[in-house]
Amino acid sequence: MAANPIALDVPIPRRRVTLPPLTAKLATGLIIGAAIVLFGLIGPLLVQDPSRVSDVGLAGPSAEHLLGTTQTGQDVLAQLAYATRGSLIVGAIVGVLTLALSAFFGIVGAYAGGWVDEAFSLFTNIMLVIPGLPVVIVISAYVADRSLLLVSVVLAITSWAGSARVLRGSTLSLRSRDYVLASRVAGEKRWRILAVEILPNLIPLLASQVVFAVIFAILGEAGLSYLGLGASDSFTWGTMLYYAQNGLALRLGAWWWFVPPGLMLALFGAALSLINFSIDEIINPKLRSQTRAARRGWRMSREQLRKAKESTL
Amino acid sequence: MRHLFRKLGFYLVALWAALTVNFVIPRMMPGDPVDIMLAKLGQKGPVSPEAKQAIEAMLGTDSSQSLLSQYGDYLGGLASGELGVSLVFFPASVSSIIGQTLPWTIGLIGLATIISFLTGVGLGTLAGWKRGSWADNLIPVTTMFQSVPYFWLALILLFAFGSIWPLFPLNGGYDVYNVTPGWNAPFLGSVLYYGTLPALTIIISSVGGWMLGMRNMMVSTLSEDYMVTAEAKGLRSGRIMRRYAARNAVLPSISGFAISLGFVVAGSIVTEAVFSYPGIGSALLQAVGGNDYALIQGILLIITLSVLGANLLVDLLYSVIDPRIRARN
Repeated sequence: MAANPIALDVPIPRRRVTLPPLTAKLATGLIIGAAIVLFGLIGPLLVQDPSRVSDVGLAGPSAEHLLGTTQTGQDVLAQLAYATRGSLIVGAIVGVLTLALSAFFGIVGAYAGGWVDEAFSLFTNIMLVIPGLPVVIVISAYVADRSLLLVSVVLAITSWAGSARVLRGSTLSLRSRDYVLASRVAGEKRWRILAVEILPNLIPLLASQVVFAVIFAILGEAGLSYLGLGASDSFTWGTMLYYAQNGLALRLGAWWWFVPPGLMLALFGAALSLINFSIDEIINPKLRSQTRAARRGWRMSREQLRKAKESTL
Repeated sequence: MRHLFRKLGFYLVALWAALTVNFVIPRMMPGDPVDIMLAKLGQKGPVSPEAKQAIEAMLGTDSSQSLLSQYGDYLGGLASGELGVSLVFFPASVSSIIGQTLPWTIGLIGLATIISFLTGVGLGTLAGWKRGSWADNLIPVTTMFQSVPYFWLALILLFAFGSIWPLFPLNGGYDVYNVTPGWNAPFLGSVLYYGTLPALTIIISSVGGWMLGMRNMMVSTLSEDYMVTAEAKGLRSGRIMRRYAARNAVLPSISGFAISLGFVVAGSIVTEAVFSYPGIGSALLQAVGGNDYALIQGILLIITLSVLGANLLVDLLYSVIDPRIRARN
């Protein structure tokens, strides 16, 4: 067969990669998300030292300080740049850890079956009902020197279980599909079935879970920092809000201090949600836009109706 | 029946695991809670050796005992309902602090959760039923609000309605100066007035989730065959929407609702902090700030119990709500 010259002429069909269609939602999400990530990557290189104090305290936006200054005369824009970097790092670490933990306990457990599945799913369910935020608060309270890494790890440990349960459900339904059984009969190795047959079908779900975990982590870290229990070694959006709250920015009407970090949080969260919507529409085709506006387009116009009537008469 | 026992067994294991986490966390952390507590107590007066022993027994960190017997004592103490004495609110007991703060949290967050659920499910039903209508176009807006961090939303609302247009009070649970707590009209009115802004924050930031979930389930349900049958039978569209579509679509939302009721006690810590609301979240933060380990453990226990209880309730109720589950078992 392999020596057959005719077979060589037939172009091998390229493996189809299902990328989400570039809708307005997805494009908006990607652009906002990318802009914020770029700001976090490059911003800190361009601004002054975020902790440098000066004697222009609590001044509104001006040419010198584009976003005004804090109570001690620190530049808000500089703080915002470093805070963006800090929050994104938290999101990234938690995203990766959630991916690893939920994939391991969800997919591997469900695929292996038997007592491994029982044990893994018991563990997942227990982690699921242990309330995350209070435990994080308590752990943060016991540790005095909290690095960004520690906070991220604690957030990841308390938040992966939901994703694992979702992944387990999908894996269970996938592993009993006919094509998986067929590849097992064909003698494929177990790890190969998992990695080549099952995993690619789970990628959209994994992606949406990771995006969700990143949103959750950044919001969770912000809440924790706002309470004064976040990372003590770096700026994040939450620590900025914490300092703003403690500096009485609210009472003094210093909106340029507490609005930007919250707005960044909201924008980034919204961008990731928009991306997640697009992924959801791949997972569940029923959700694709069959809105009334789209359906209206299917209707025949008066002109068409008249013509149709004429032709049938 | 076997199913029921399996479930109960799981919850016992989960409860045990949560209690163990509660026991292990203080011991894994650097610093000796007993010393910190003694130092704190020392500021308020001389500490007798009995007090030191009592604290050790309470926290179960008696250094002369093995870890295993400490663990046994800890579980025994919990079983008899003995939670110890609070440090921050010395000499009040942990149980009395929890008893004082819990009604505030349950009242505020519980009511807000119920209102948010009913509004969200109602709007979601409409949005799914008439896709592309005004209700459906509301979804991106509510999702925007959902990605706004709720405590920042709380700050903005406080800034707008507390500072710029002073319509609502800045903090607290009721007017401390003019009313007396109890079942009287001025006090209840004051509670409602002080609770409006925190409740509004919770509702605005959570209604989007209910709405989107319900809308998506409605959309999925509408493409089922029995919907076509119902329509072919010529049933009134209001009846199809409520009895055929919404009734089936609401099932996941109901289980989500029960679980979020369990998180009522846990999920509001930051909101309570922003509004200085006298609930259990503020108590936890004060306990954390004052290294009050007995109170921390007590509150964590209450939070865990409420979450476990709500989950158990969902599991038991679900077969009542959804007959298909009963049939499968």
